[in-house]
Amino acid sequence: MAGKDGPAMQLAINTVLQAAAIMGAERLVPATFAHLDACFYAGQAHIDFARLLLDHGARFAVPAWTNNGLVSLEQPELRAGEADADTIAGARELMHLYIKIGARPVWTCAPYQLPDRPALGDHIIVGESNAVSFYNAVIGARTNKYGDFLDVACALTGKVPLARLHTDEGRAGQIVLDTSAVPDKLKSGDIFFHLMGHVMGQKAGSLIPVIEGLPESTSEDNLKAISAAGAAAGGVELWHGVGITPEAATLDGALQGKSPAAQIAITVDDLAQARNQLSSGTDGPLNMVALGTPHFSLTEFAELAPLLAGRKVHQDVKVYVTTSRFIRDLAAAQGHIAPLEAAGVDIITDTCTYFSPAVRGCTGRAMTNAAKWAYYAPGMLGIEVCFGSLAECAESAVAGEVWRDHDIWRSLQ
Amino acid sequence: MSITARILTPGSARAATLVLSEPLSFWGGFDPQTGIILDQHHPEAGACVKDRILVLPAARGSGGTPACIAESLRCKVGPAGVILKASDINVATGTLVAKTLYGTNCPVVCVTADDYETLCQAAELAIDEDGTIT
Repeated sequence: MAGKDGPAMQLAINTVLQAAAIMGAERLVPATFAHLDACFYAGQAHIDFARLLLDHGARFAVPAWTNNGLVSLEQPELRAGEADADTIAGARELMHLYIKIGARPVWTCAPYQLPDRPALGDHIIVGESNAVSFYNAVIGARTNKYGDFLDVACALTGKVPLARLHTDEGRAGQIVLDTSAVPDKLKSGDIFFHLMGHVMGQKAGSLIPVIEGLPESTSEDNLKAISAAGAAAGGVELWHGVGITPEAATLDGALQGKSPAAQIAITVDDLAQARNQLSSGTDGPLNMVALGTPHFSLTEFAELAPLLAGRKVHQDVKVYVTTSRFIRDLAAAQGHIAPLEAAGVDIITDTCTYFSPAVRGCTGRAMTNAAKWAYYAPGMLGIEVCFGSLAECAESAVAGEVWRDHDIWRSLQ
Repeated sequence: MSITARILTPGSARAATLVLSEPLSFWGGFDPQTGIILDQHHPEAGACVKDRILVLPAARGSGGTPACIAESLRCKVGPAGVILKASDINVATGTLVAKTLYGTNCPVVCVTADDYETLCQAAELAIDEDGTIT
């Protein structure tokens, strides 16, 4: 039964050592934090693994927070009848198992929006692709992209193999994306950052890109957008923004003095192309608006609430905003949730709408301001997606059809 | 023919091969309940990995890969063994966890580009505990 020497810890140690050997890591280093993806159900093996840990008294050596679940534990009524009952039961069981093992049930893909963030240079353990990208790029904490089971194994042992993005030299920028040809006006809107992230993913693949020319006004929501879109469209695990992100005070610093493999000028055309790729549908009557991928932040709620306060979402449209319980409660305390709910917006916690059984019943045309949602939803939900700004999504939700702010798009013709 | 491979997850297998001409995403592109390749863009879409030695250039890097591999082995529709050109931590993790949870025996090995080309021609292969492929 002893947790320390039992079969659960033995499996954890073997898994970490196997990964270290494959990566050629010379040694393991202590980690300070984990964000677990293995709580996202894909089958009985997930449950059997968690049960082995629970049965043998395994405990996490570092604070271990949970990513989104496949379903919401808080809102079990979310159209559960429309989805496969076994899958939903399995997903719920898995989430409860991780709570019992001692994970902190934050159920969010944007854990970096919660207090007690890791610090610059900390070694952490993250699996969710947007969070890997955000922690590495924006906070400067160090993580590789940990797959299922290895994330848990590292969190149980409290150690990670010192390789790739955990090392100084593994974090040097490899290609440069220069945005100086993009007009400042375009850079001032939220869509620029989603489109730029998408372009970054396509240009960089799995290399480490350095973006030049991000405006000083770039917000944390903007950095979230770049991180998520770049991880979805490519395999970007770390990127740098010159003058913006902590390891990129200068271009030369971000490149660690090395020459980049490529220097690419980003054009308005690249961004227009990204917009077209993210809009699988044509503009027209709407069935759904999906916001909050990755999870909506407090500042995004503060921006959305006045756009919909005192208005009504069109009767044919479902509007979903996904977020964490923590941010939802904070937004409620600041008065942003009540006007949104009065307008007919559904606030969903613990999960996301592009994979959740909650929305599988939705058909037709959906609108989103999130490049990551636009990238995955057509395949996963079988719907048409129109990409737009947050303000366009709000207006469209009320109008019942896609509404365009021609001022934004004129510059993208 | 005898090739020495780098062992990612030890084990032994002898089976007919299934050679994939492109990398596969085991999460999303593969059904762990049936062992069938689902990704319609994949050249070998519709093929079943069950009881085959899977020869593939690489696994696409989804974090869900280990659980899908383990689930396919639990359902007894997983591969008999895996031969990769590019080493992959996720495939290794999934097979190691399945070995511990279910006592399955699915070796994963990695070979050089030259050896990989040779192995792509084989209709049947054996992988030994010591990483020898014949």
